[in-house]
Amino acid sequence: MFDAILIANRGEIARRVMRTARALAVRTVAVYSDADAGALHVREADEAVRIGPPPPQESYLDGDAIIAAARATGAQAIHPGYGFLSESPEFADAVHKAGLVWIGPPSDAIAAVGEKVQARNLMAAAGVPVARGTSAPVGSVEQALDAAEEIGYPVMVKAAAGGGGIGMRVARDPGELRKAFETTSGQAERFFSSSAVLLEQYLPGARHVEVQIFGLADGRIIALGERDCSVQRRYQKVFEETPSPGVDDSLRERMLDAAVRAGERIGYRSAGTVECLVADGEFVFLEVNARLQVEHPVTELVTGIDLVAEQLRVAAGEPPGFDPDAVRGSGHAVELRIYAEDPVRFLPSPGRITAWRPPSGEGIRLDAGYAEGDEVTPFYDPLLAKLCAWGPERATALDRAAQAAETFVIDGPKTNLAFHRELLADPGLRSGDYDTGIIERMRG
Amino acid sequence: MAKEILADMAANVWRVLVSKGDVVAVGDTLVILESMKMEIPIDADAAGTVVSVNVQEGGAVQEGDVIAEIE
Repeated sequence: MFDAILIANRGEIARRVMRTARALAVRTVAVYSDADAGALHVREADEAVRIGPPPPQESYLDGDAIIAAARATGAQAIHPGYGFLSESPEFADAVHKAGLVWIGPPSDAIAAVGEKVQARNLMAAAGVPVARGTSAPVGSVEQALDAAEEIGYPVMVKAAAGGGGIGMRVARDPGELRKAFETTSGQAERFFSSSAVLLEQYLPGARHVEVQIFGLADGRIIALGERDCSVQRRYQKVFEETPSPGVDDSLRERMLDAAVRAGERIGYRSAGTVECLVADGEFVFLEVNARLQVEHPVTELVTGIDLVAEQLRVAAGEPPGFDPDAVRGSGHAVELRIYAEDPVRFLPSPGRITAWRPPSGEGIRLDAGYAEGDEVTPFYDPLLAKLCAWGPERATALDRAAQAAETFVIDGPKTNLAFHRELLADPGLRSGDYDTGIIERMRG
Repeated sequence: MAKEILADMAANVWRVLVSKGDVVAVGDTLVILESMKMEIPIDADAAGTVVSVNVQEGGAVQEGDVIAEIE
């Protein structure tokens, strides 16, 4: 195992990775921007290095500064967390070239799925079902209109290099498509440095279900069950659960098989996620997230596998800490993403945290990036904490989560805790019969 | 009497789309704020002439700050 690793991230995920590193007796090096100089992940690390001013481009996205920090501190490997540089094949290569170990998938596997059109084509060739859509990037409104005629409305317009729910629009007719194309390609250029977009059939009433995969050192791909991520606002997840109440055993088996094939096709190693849409008992491939996923804790709670520990082991060339032939899920787990945003319109709400009293209880796990007195700045995403609950069956997990959301106190920034209390009492959510339209329906 | 357009959250100023003297209609976007990886367009809620723009691209606003005034 490594003596020391650098965590190229901030907030809850930096702390999450450090927790496992400490358990494995690995020294932790944090990096931080000026906005995070006093942040929890900095205070807890064995060592911390300033890498630049608050804007991400000048700090958490500055690969050279991060590699220099690793060298200066003797870190042997870099864990990228999620977001920022986690899905940059160039950064993964630069880490290797610097003589350091990249705790993540091979750079060519990241590159193979980073561009969504190419990823779709690859998956179709591997026999994974894909939604009707464009097989080449769309560069003009005219091309988009032609493609939509062929696919059929409604269509989803997406940034081809996108992620995190940014750069996505639904268009129900040619008028909406013209607008959606302009907005999406503009955002794509700004956020992902590529204006290319793709069009896909939009499936109203679908569920968003993803499969956790893990690629072992010997090349085997293991599927570790699915997660239902249908509760979304602005195409960003708010609540996740495993197992999915909308997936039966036969569908699950087919989805897990397809996810393994997808991973094999691209020579995947380490933790990754294959995202799909499920409608009418069938599924189609959406994209591969070539990194640790935000909602990985629910999988850990039901499988008992520490995914970060496994990432460290496979990166260090060690055998897995679990038996790949005996993976078994037990019980049910849910995750509530606690965001600094108002609970009605979901608009960002930065500010100083004047009170922070986290919940506890049987089956409760909290991954938090903040504590009382910390400042939530406008520079980064609004995730304050992930509140997870496990139970032997779904109803217990939901009850425990509801109880914890009831007692969690955060003063200062507005938070979506009130929304979660509402969600956990919603009959659609409680019944398990819900889809990606659930928030719109609650707010309608 | 000038109508003040207020920031309803702390944010960074990404784009300023109008200048003093511009004539705007209800719903025209004056400024685009950015906070926590989200773009937040600030639209005119009254028609008229922009008499002041109090923010700059790259700057920051606090909740309650006056972004612009329309008369």
